Amino acid sequence: MESILSFGVALLVAPLFPGIILKVKAFFAGKKGPPLLIKYYTLVKLLRKGFVYSTSTSLVFRMGPIVVCATALMALLFFPFGGVAPLLFFQGDVIVLFYVMGLGRFFMVIAALDTASPFEGMGAAREAFFGTLAEASIFTMLILFYRMNGSLSLAGYFTGPEAISQTAPAGALLLLVIVALFMVLLAENSRVPVDDPATHLELTMIHEVMILDHSGPDLALIEYGSFCKLLFYASFVAMLIYPFHQFGPVLAMALFYGAVALVYVAIGITESIMARLKMNLVPKYILTSFTLAFFAVILSMGISQ
Amino acid sequence: MDNLLAIRHGEAIGREQIPCVPLARFSAEMSSFIGDGGSIVQLFGHRQGSETRLLAIVRNDGLYALGTVVERNFPSLTAATSEKFHLFEREIAEQFGIIPLGHPWLKMVRYHANETGLPDAFGNDYRQETPGNYPYFQVDGSAIHEVAVGPVHAGIIEPGHFRFQCAGEEVLSLEIQLGYQHRGAEKLLTGVPLKRLPIICEAIAGDTAIGHNLCCCQAIEALAGLSVDRGARVVRTIALELERICNHVGDLGALSGDVAFNPPAAYFGRIRGEFLNLLLTLCGNRFGKSLVRPGGVSQVMTDEQRRIIADKLAEAEPEIRHVCDLLFTAHSVQARFEHTGTVSAEVAGRLGLVGYAGRASGIAYDARVQFPTECYAEVPACRNEMTNGDVYSRAQVRREEIMHSISVIRTMLSDGVDAAGPVLMQERTLAPNAMVVTINEGWRGEVSHCLLTGATGEIERYKIKDPSFHNWTGLAMALRNQEISDFPLCNKSFNLSYCGFDL
Repeated sequence: MESILSFGVALLVAPLFPGIILKVKAFFAGKKGPPLLIKYYTLVKLLRKGFVYSTSTSLVFRMGPIVVCATALMALLFFPFGGVAPLLFFQGDVIVLFYVMGLGRFFMVIAALDTASPFEGMGAAREAFFGTLAEASIFTMLILFYRMNGSLSLAGYFTGPEAISQTAPAGALLLLVIVALFMVLLAENSRVPVDDPATHLELTMIHEVMILDHSGPDLALIEYGSFCKLLFYASFVAMLIYPFHQFGPVLAMALFYGAVALVYVAIGITESIMARLKMNLVPKYILTSFTLAFFAVILSMGISQ
Repeated sequence: MDNLLAIRHGEAIGREQIPCVPLARFSAEMSSFIGDGGSIVQLFGHRQGSETRLLAIVRNDGLYALGTVVERNFPSLTAATSEKFHLFEREIAEQFGIIPLGHPWLKMVRYHANETGLPDAFGNDYRQETPGNYPYFQVDGSAIHEVAVGPVHAGIIEPGHFRFQCAGEEVLSLEIQLGYQHRGAEKLLTGVPLKRLPIICEAIAGDTAIGHNLCCCQAIEALAGLSVDRGARVVRTIALELERICNHVGDLGALSGDVAFNPPAAYFGRIRGEFLNLLLTLCGNRFGKSLVRPGGVSQVMTDEQRRIIADKLAEAEPEIRHVCDLLFTAHSVQARFEHTGTVSAEVAGRLGLVGYAGRASGIAYDARVQFPTECYAEVPACRNEMTNGDVYSRAQVRREEIMHSISVIRTMLSDGVDAAGPVLMQERTLAPNAMVVTINEGWRGEVSHCLLTGATGEIERYKIKDPSFHNWTGLAMALRNQEISDFPLCNKSFNLSYCGFDL
C-alpha cells in the first residue's frame, strides 16, 4: 500500500518541481516568474490539442513519445522514494533500469531521425554521444555502490539497515558521487551547462531540437517523461545526501521531498550563475563526473578491502 | 586619384561636376584607390538620359566621387582588385542587368527583376515566388552534411536563409541568402511626394529609424538649402546616441541569453526599455520615429525633458556598469565569448567591415569622427580597447560605446540651447541636377544615402546603404571552422539587419 502511494505521489508531483527551477531562475533574474504549477498547465494545454504528423514520418515517429514516457515511468516504479520500498525490485534491477532508460533515449533518437530534419538529426547525434559518455559515469557509480553494500538493486541501496549512507564506513566517498551524479543529472536532463531548456535556437539545442516535430498529447508525453526522468535523478541525489528510511513513512516522505526540492533549487541556482558550455567541452564535463566516480571507486578499495 | 572629385558629405553638388570617365579609366582609378586601402561608401548604377552610369563614392580620409558609362557589362573589380566590390557589383547586375565580367560568385542579392529590361543577369524567372532557385555552394564528401536554416525562423526575427556545410559539428562554409524582405524601398522613394520620404526612411530598418532618417533629412536639407539650428542638432545627436544605447544594451542582453546566462539578459532587457522610453519622452515614439524632419526636429526639447533624461542616465549608468561586470567577469561567459567567431583584422580589412564589427577587428573607422554631422565634431571619439575580432571583442566594443554614448548625451544635455521651434514636414523644392551623399554612424555602423535629382528637382535615384550590406559577409567568414552550435551567438554579436539589406 505504501509502495503504491509513494509511486502515485511521485507521478503527481513530478511536474511540480520543474516549476521550482523556473522560480529560482526568475528570482535571480529579478522577475516574478511563471506560476509554480506552470508545468501542469502546460500538460493540460498540450493534452487538449490535436496531433500533427508530418507526411514524411512513419510509425517510428509516433512510437517515440510513448516509449519515452513509458520507460521514464518504469524507472520510477523501481525507485524507493524516501526509503519506502518500491513497487518492483529484484537483484540487478539498476542495470536493467538504466538500459530501459537507454531504450527511451534510443526511441527518442530514432523518432527524431525519422523526421529527416537536419536539426533533429544534429540533436539526435549530440544526445546519443553525450548519453553514451554519461553511461560510463553512471556505471562507475554503480560499481561503488556494489562495493559499499553488495546490492545491485535500487531498493537494496536505499532501504533496510544496510542502506548506503554517508555515515557508513566508506560513506565519505558519497560526497564525490553526489557531485558526480549531480553533474550527470544536468547532462542527462538537458539542463545548463550542457543544454539550455529555454532556448529557441535550434542549432544549439540538444533535447529540445529532437522534439520539435512532436505536437499536442505526444509532446505532453515527452514532457511528462522528462519530468519523471528528472525526478528520478533528483531523488537519487537526495537519497544519497540522506537516507530517510529510519523515519516513519509520512515523515520520511515529507523530509525526502524537501530534500528533492533542494536539489531542484540547486539546479536553478546552477542555471542562474553559469553560462552554457561550448558544445565541444561537454564531453570533458561529463568525463569529469566519470573521473570523480572512478576516483571514489579507487579510494573505496583502500577502505573496504 | 587624378580623376576623382573630392566631395563633402551632406553638401549638394551639380551632377555635371561628377567626373564621368571611360570605363577602363574608372576601373583603373577604383583599383588603385581601393588597393591603397580606400573603402567603398556607395557604388551603384543610375540612368542618365538613355545611358546607364555607375557612380562610385569612395573614402579614405576624404570622400570622393567618380562616374562612368556602362553598356551591357564591365570587367569585375571583385575579381581583379578586392572583395569590397563583391556585393555592390552583384547589386548592379541585379538592378540593371549589367554583368560584371569574371565576377567570382555572381548570384542574386534580393531576387527582383531589373529595371532596364535587359535579360536577367542570373537567368531567374521572377514569376516563381521563392528566391531559392540557384546552386548553393556545396562541399562534397560522405561525411559532410548540409543544414539549411530559414527563411522562416523560430521567434520574432526577420527571414533569411542560411546554408551550412558541416563536418560533424564543425562549419566548413556558411552561405547567407537574403532578399526575403525586399520591398523596393529605393524605387518607392523616387515616386512618392517629398513629405513621405522621412516616414519611409524610418522604416528602412526598424531598429535604425533615426540613423536612416537622419541621412534622408540631411540630404533633403542639402538639396533644399535648409539650415538646422543648433538646438535641433543637439536633439538629433541625443536621439542617435539613445538609439545606439538601446540596441547595444538589448544586444548585450541577447548575447547573454544565447549562452543561457539569464540574469544579465533580464536586466539588460529592462534597461533597454528604459532607454526606449527616453526616446518616447523626447518625441512620443519609442523608436524615435517622427522626430527628425528636414530642417530640424518635430519636438523641441524642454528643460523638463532634459531633466528626465539626465536623471535616467544617472540612474541607469551604474546599473549598466554593474550588469556589464556581471556579464564580462563570469568565467563561463568568457569561455563562450572568447575565440568564438573570430574575424581577423586582415579578413575584416579585405571585406571592408564597418561599425562595431569592424572596430572589434581593429578597423578604427567611425563615421562620427571622420565625417562628423550634427554635433559630433565637438565630442571626443570613442576608444575601443579590445580588437581581437571575436564575440568577446564585439561585445566589449558595445559596452564601450554605451558608456561613450552616455557621456555624449550628457555633454549635449549641458548645452542649454533650445531648438528654434518644431519643424514639420512640408513640400520643398530641391536643387535640380544635383547629387548629395550623406553619411552617419548609425548604431550598426556607416549608414549612407545618396540622392540624384533630375531637371526639375525631382529625385531620380535614391540609393540607400545600410551597414549590414558590408557586414553580412563578415558573419559568414566568422563561422568558418566554428561549431554550428555557436552560430546563434556569432549572429547575435553582429546582429545585422535583414530589411536594411533587402531594402
